[in-house]
Amino acid sequence: MIRMLLAASFAWLLLVAAPAQAFTIKQVTSPGGISAWLVEDHTVPLISMNFSFKGGAAQDPANTQGLANFLTTMLDEGAGDLPSREFQTREQELAMRLSFNADADNFRGSFQTLSKNRDEAFAMLALALNKPRFDADPLERMRAQLLQGLEMDAQDPEAITSHAFMQQALGDHPYARNSDGTLEGVKAVTADDLRALHGRLFAREHLLISAVGDIDEKTLGALLDKTFSTLPEKSGMGDVPEMPSPKAASLTIVDRDIPQSIIQFGLPGIKRDDPDFIPAFVMNYVLGGGGFGSRLMEEVREKRGLSYSVWSDLYPLEQGGLIIGGAATRNEKAAETIDIIRQEIARLAAEGPTEQELADVKTFLTGSYALRFTSGRKTAAQLLGLQEQQLGIDYVDKRNGLVNAVTLADVKRVAERLLKDKPLLFTVTGRPVGVTASR
Amino acid sequence: MIRSALSAALMLVFVLLAPRAEALDVQAETFTLANGMQVVVIPDHRAPVVTQMVWYRVGAADEPKGQAGIAHFLEHLMFKGTRKIPPGEFSKIIKKNGGEDNAFTAQDYTAYFQSIAKDRLALAMEMEADRMQNLKLTDADVLPERDVIGEERRSRIENDPASLMAEQINAALYTAHPYGKPIIGWMSEVEKLTRQNALDFYRTHYTPQNAILIVAGDVTADEVRPLAEKYYGVLANTANPPPRVRTPEPAPLAARRVSMSDPRVSVATLQRTYIAPSYRMAKGKPTAEALDLLAQVLGGGSTSRLYRSLVIDQKIATEAGAWYSGDALDTGSFGVYAVPPPGQEIAPLEAALDKALAELVEKGVTQAELTLAKNLLIAQTTYALDSSSQLARIFGQTLAIGGTLEDVTGWNERIEKVTLADVQAAAAEVLVLRGSVTSTLLPAPGAVQN
Repeated sequence: MIRMLLAASFAWLLLVAAPAQAFTIKQVTSPGGISAWLVEDHTVPLISMNFSFKGGAAQDPANTQGLANFLTTMLDEGAGDLPSREFQTREQELAMRLSFNADADNFRGSFQTLSKNRDEAFAMLALALNKPRFDADPLERMRAQLLQGLEMDAQDPEAITSHAFMQQALGDHPYARNSDGTLEGVKAVTADDLRALHGRLFAREHLLISAVGDIDEKTLGALLDKTFSTLPEKSGMGDVPEMPSPKAASLTIVDRDIPQSIIQFGLPGIKRDDPDFIPAFVMNYVLGGGGFGSRLMEEVREKRGLSYSVWSDLYPLEQGGLIIGGAATRNEKAAETIDIIRQEIARLAAEGPTEQELADVKTFLTGSYALRFTSGRKTAAQLLGLQEQQLGIDYVDKRNGLVNAVTLADVKRVAERLLKDKPLLFTVTGRPVGVTASR
Repeated sequence: MIRSALSAALMLVFVLLAPRAEALDVQAETFTLANGMQVVVIPDHRAPVVTQMVWYRVGAADEPKGQAGIAHFLEHLMFKGTRKIPPGEFSKIIKKNGGEDNAFTAQDYTAYFQSIAKDRLALAMEMEADRMQNLKLTDADVLPERDVIGEERRSRIENDPASLMAEQINAALYTAHPYGKPIIGWMSEVEKLTRQNALDFYRTHYTPQNAILIVAGDVTADEVRPLAEKYYGVLANTANPPPRVRTPEPAPLAARRVSMSDPRVSVATLQRTYIAPSYRMAKGKPTAEALDLLAQVLGGGSTSRLYRSLVIDQKIATEAGAWYSGDALDTGSFGVYAVPPPGQEIAPLEAALDKALAELVEKGVTQAELTLAKNLLIAQTTYALDSSSQLARIFGQTLAIGGTLEDVTGWNERIEKVTLADVQAAAAEVLVLRGSVTSTLLPAPGAVQN
């Protein structure tokens, strides 16, 4: 009865939500040969640009773990003739925004400027990328902050769980490392180490750039040349060895005197270029992606009130992939929560989704895709991600079609491939009641 | 007919944000429905989507005694269903239509929002209007959700000593005002909240005249107006929310200190939090704007005074900063913090911090510092234009605490006008120990630092 009323009242439910994209992506190549994807949009007097170099924290030398992350903090601590203080004062005068981050596989920059300060802000970016100083004083300042960050992480239940999980899953593979490094590694980093990494990493080969906002093709091209063309052509970065897949189920407990157990779980996953990636992506939204409506959210939170947050996600990397997820529950409910997660993974592996679940996930994924492009900053980040994943400049237009093409049989097959009788790992931090560690 | 009644109440405001060199031409429009519900439309045609927000002028500081956390609990329960929507279906219907939704609760307001394709705006409006009046709750839905809130509290607060410390600081800062009580509530009261508590709170505060609708995105005010009338304009006011009179905070007499040590703390932190006037309290005076500038000069990033003095020059801190929180119905707060290097005592750091603050009160800031800070704060409003959903939040928050669109749009000009004397006067007014809590969060005794 209620269903009927609902259908009458909210009849538009039956429509398929698939709004068209409102922007055009141009492939721009500068006179000097630097390529970028550009969305030109003069609505707001701002320019957002994101870029990445291939190679990240997984290539940190064993004795200086944390080197790439260290470099992210040093590029605006003085460059060219401007020592730290002068550089940062100039950045502030221009009200520019510049930040860097390094994950396992990529070193990324994010840059925003007001249109009126465009040329000066790009010049500052060029200095930071081409001529960082690595002066001793700011270097020690950043080292102290990085070390304190690692000390805090070592006590943070979520960080503890996530690092322990990666070691449990991947052993001594570089992907198992904390990309922020180790205390020993950060203590050992020298200015020469940073200079050497800068020389290896910042190259035009593999450089990817996206720009969005108040700038035209010609102007961008000229600025790309001024910013990036003096970088060396060849990258000195290598490849990360292939990631091993976890072989056997296990459960690790990290003992901490906290009132709530932090639970992370995971399974072997797939890389972004796997032909099953899109069906797997859809499958994950049935299992635990996207919040309310996923099976884990229904069973763990909505029906039983066991956790505020419960989720799962695909975690594709350059050299392998995982499926990961998590929840957090009072210690006495940890065993029940883990059981439910196991059951739901097994149920999806055995039965796949229902027709209705698949249809609902598709309308969500296709309808909400446009929400990833609601600001220049978000759009620039999306377009960089598409380039890193080698998805092609027409992917934004093709993507909803790929999702809609996924059939029930596809998801059943992929659920069986990825979830059925696979080594399921759990890492639990806290004092979980009735949970036993196993290897 | 309704149309003409509406026109009388219609107030159009064409807004120029930052009417300076940039000449931004963003337009926000507002009108009021016959039942008193205010509507604001912020057009942005860059993506074919809209964000709808409904803000209620009620928050944790409006809770009855003994029911700490009921405003936030009700926010969760608003997703549980109505006569038309079965329990737990609200977010699922939004998702099935390609949208995302959520909600948040603060001391002074509660807001619900959906981001969705523009052709689904009417659906989101129909559902949001429905749950403003037709919430249906059963214990089967309410009790597991209360457990969820227990877990939310454990995740956000109990598992994090810095959050526990923040609760203690607030409890000490406010002697009588309800801002001293955490938004999520104390566990001892949260565990006892009932379905009836939630319904009573709902029936007292959730009514059109106590709500504000903000629609941002790929729409115009002309498109929103008929929809707003159709879905919200027809709702009768079911409650007369009581005036928002909270126990006023008495004039502060005693400097307070709180200290907490916890084995989960590896890095010590020193913080001082002062009671400060809010924008609303200081209306007509430049004090709040001056405090925003003061926080920027004193502690906004690595070019700030505290960072330069304590971190770069004296090397007795590894981090230092300041903030001003001025968007409140009642008092605001101003704070400074610093982190000592590993193994070093807090006392010399506190002495250096006191010295820097005393110097500031005595001599004020320099013209160069003020100019740099103004430049940066005004630039931030341009950056805010990049996201219309962010603009929706800024407008919603301001309106929910009794402000106007002009409070948002005229901010640049008011910042521009602040003088050196204004900043010094604001510093002298606020940086007074008897109105403050000095807090130290420390590793457990005997714990080894690196």
